[in-house]
Amino acid sequence: MDPQNISITFPHVLIFFPLLAGGITFLLKRHIAVKNWALFSSIITLVISLVSLYYANNTTLNGLDFNYEWIKYIGASFSVSLDGVGRLLTFLTAVSFPIIITATYKNEYKNSNIFYGLLLLTQAGLMGVFLATDALVFYFFWELALIPVYFLCSRWGGEKRIAATFKFFIYTFTGSLLMLIGIIYMYLHTAPVHDKAGTLISEHSFSIYYFYAVQLSAEQQNWLFWLFFIAFAIKMPVFPFHTWQPDTYEQSPTAVTMVLSGVMVKMGLLGVIRWLLPMFPQAVVKFDTVVIALSVIGIVYASLLAIRQDDLKRLVAYSSIAHIGLMCAAIFTTKQIGLEGVMIQMFNHGINIMGLWIVIELIEKQLGVRKISALAGVAHKAPVLTIMLVVIAFANIALPLTNAFVGEFMMFSGLFQFNIWFAAAALVSIILAAVYTLNMIQKVFYGKANPLTVSIKEISLNEKIALGIIVVAIFLTGIYPQPLFDLTKDSVTELITKFK
Amino acid sequence: MNAIIITAVWGIVMMFGGVFFKEKSTPKYWAIAGLILAIIANGCELVLQHAFFKIDIKDMLTFNSFNLTFITVVLLCTLLLFLLNGRDIEKVGNNVSEYFALIFFVLCGVSIAATFNTLLTLFLGIEILSIPLYILTASDKRNLKSNEAGLKYFLMGAFSTGILLMGITFLYGGNAAALSFYISNLNIGVGKMPVMIAIGLVFVLIAMSFKVSAAPFHFWAPDVYDGAPTVFTSFMATIVKAAGFIAFIRLFANSFGNIKGQWQVLIAIIAAATLLTGNITAVFQQSVKRMLAYSSIAQAGFMLLSIFALNEFAKEGIILYTAAYSLASIGIFAILIKMTDYTIDGFNGLAKQQPILAITGTVFLLSLTGIPLTAGFQAKLYMLIAAVKDGHQNWLVIVAVLCAAISAYYYFKIIQAIYFKENNSIVNTDWDITPAFKILLIITALLIIIIGIFPTVITNWLHY
Repeated sequence: MDPQNISITFPHVLIFFPLLAGGITFLLKRHIAVKNWALFSSIITLVISLVSLYYANNTTLNGLDFNYEWIKYIGASFSVSLDGVGRLLTFLTAVSFPIIITATYKNEYKNSNIFYGLLLLTQAGLMGVFLATDALVFYFFWELALIPVYFLCSRWGGEKRIAATFKFFIYTFTGSLLMLIGIIYMYLHTAPVHDKAGTLISEHSFSIYYFYAVQLSAEQQNWLFWLFFIAFAIKMPVFPFHTWQPDTYEQSPTAVTMVLSGVMVKMGLLGVIRWLLPMFPQAVVKFDTVVIALSVIGIVYASLLAIRQDDLKRLVAYSSIAHIGLMCAAIFTTKQIGLEGVMIQMFNHGINIMGLWIVIELIEKQLGVRKISALAGVAHKAPVLTIMLVVIAFANIALPLTNAFVGEFMMFSGLFQFNIWFAAAALVSIILAAVYTLNMIQKVFYGKANPLTVSIKEISLNEKIALGIIVVAIFLTGIYPQPLFDLTKDSVTELITKFK
Repeated sequence: MNAIIITAVWGIVMMFGGVFFKEKSTPKYWAIAGLILAIIANGCELVLQHAFFKIDIKDMLTFNSFNLTFITVVLLCTLLLFLLNGRDIEKVGNNVSEYFALIFFVLCGVSIAATFNTLLTLFLGIEILSIPLYILTASDKRNLKSNEAGLKYFLMGAFSTGILLMGITFLYGGNAAALSFYISNLNIGVGKMPVMIAIGLVFVLIAMSFKVSAAPFHFWAPDVYDGAPTVFTSFMATIVKAAGFIAFIRLFANSFGNIKGQWQVLIAIIAAATLLTGNITAVFQQSVKRMLAYSSIAQAGFMLLSIFALNEFAKEGIILYTAAYSLASIGIFAILIKMTDYTIDGFNGLAKQQPILAITGTVFLLSLTGIPLTAGFQAKLYMLIAAVKDGHQNWLVIVAVLCAAISAYYYFKIIQAIYFKENNSIVNTDWDITPAFKILLIITALLIIIIGIFPTVITNWLHY
């Protein structure tokens, strides 16, 4: 069969397959069947994603766009596209769920069919956010990714889960409603839609390409910029909108924390790259200093707080705020090198932070604590775990040869080009990251084992697989990151032309 | 025309039928039959443009796709209410047949209020729908709260009727050139508004605000909704309120559309006040019934955006809002009726005992919050588009979405109770729930989701 004639298009399959799989999961009864199905279907999603990336690289093939007329009168269509901005993120979404399910394979969840069903629905929602090229579809998925996570955290989370998740929900819901106003305002300024014969279909359109074409005055851009940015900033989160994040990460079940920190925070970054930058270039240039200043404050502040944390989960949560802050700052430099760095760093950060969560989950599951002060000498009993962790931790502080090095280097280059003082302040975070990460390794894994940690056992097969994949990915993309650049380069170049 | 006549006649049939019905459950089946008849007849008029009754009404009522679609939505929602809560209507008291008769009279009033073309028919419609409601509110006659609510509603209602009549008089007299009750003749051109018309407009505005429980004329609503038997609260808070809005929007669009600039600020202030009082007070309620009463005020605030904007999106949106809000509210009230404990804690652990009620209830609450994939989102979206499109008073839009965020707080408190909290009190064992009830709830929830994905199933009718 000639591949050019294949009528299948990938983007909507990437959304609807997890959706369908999640629906089926609800119906399954037996615990083990649920797990295996969830794992199996997430691997299928990964395969689909890999095939779609092959297609994406092979420019002669079609099948990367899907368009379906949805609400004709108001000009909304279900259009999704696998463009350069979304590619790596859909791949991250596809690759992270099998890892998450493998890593937590031994966990027993009450009503596991609902747990895994909601998890797969989250995956579908995330895919939708990363692929949507229609503002209404984007908003739909933006909220839909949130609802399953809300239920997952509130049901299976820690002691203070209800309050923590509620805070998270109200925060993001408020932000997204403000974005909705922005979307509506943009929508009402789009040009009318005509079909090929020239007859009017709708007065306005929700399509992203119509949104890009809207001509706005500087004042309008300024208002709209903030309406959108606050929604994205809450999701990322950027200082000072970050207060929901440590609580939620701490209280969520670890599988969900991995989704939240590894993949979901990228919704905010993607929102900025795909929606905010091309729509309001003038406002972006106007407010770039403000946003970068906020980000840099967040980087330093979160890094300092991370040093003071005794709870492993909170430590990683604050370290994540610092990393995301750097990505946000790099985006707003609107420099080619910085943006390319962000693109691959979004992927790499997802991989690394999942590794950290897996290790924390292992320790907590076995010992029942995650306080640094209560742990010591884990390395004696669990050398493999320790080696894996050390690799991941090095990636977390962006040592050369690990995946994060290239991305962070590029982001810092972008920041340097923008303003040397911001770059210098942000660079402090690398030192601080080394402080809290190495301090954590030293205290938890080395030294003399205390009575509590003597009982720790070596990791089991499923955890070895999950961590093994992560470690391999860290080195692979650290040594040879070129394929990742190839996937995103064109889109970044196109985006950057708006700022020249 | 079909709906008005059939509901009126069937109301009389139900009233006299009470003498002949032996079984207590007979009236319900008659009522459902009559309602289906009215829906079919109304559907004929909408789809085939065929009225069974040819009466020369001197153009005092108009029937177009907008009005008829609204009546269809209202009748279908009432049917849903009958099917879901028919047995609960029987439990209110002994005069079951009369309750159904009164509901039919209300529907007749709703149909007139939705199709009026003169101020007289507007007044008639509003009165025909109000008076049976006073009786329904007080129908639980051995309950002091129900009596109090009925009396309160009646006194306040009579007061607002007086104001409405006064307003109509001013409008009639002020329009010296035409001296006509027809709303199209009232259509005042741009320019300086005569004082008499201005006074009349404000009076009518106050009276209509009262009917739709808009702040600051909302004080009756929580007490009345709380005191009335829950089935009738469900009816009043959804269908009747929506009818008030249709009358409101039609009157203002047809009569005062040209001078929108002069009263728009008033509506904006009323809408903002309604949104804020409704939402903020609802946060502090412990009783779910009372909370829903305040939430219905809050939702009215959102619906007022349509009167504020008065454009295409507003008209489509108000019908969509009626359907979305009525379906979700009828659903959640139907679940509430089955609860023994009306406090939020009464919902604790519902997911374990009644999973179907829990999941459908969650869909209803998500729809009321306005989460995508539910009808409530589409309704709110249309309202917001309408308001943003209008372009004046953009602060109102910000207030509206912030209030929507507040509403998430109290709606999600119930969801939290249902799913995440344990039931500490004695487990209720005698649930009065039939399989049919559960299936209907599921159908309602599915309808909400279908409208949420394809709002065109409703809005298409407007372009018919």
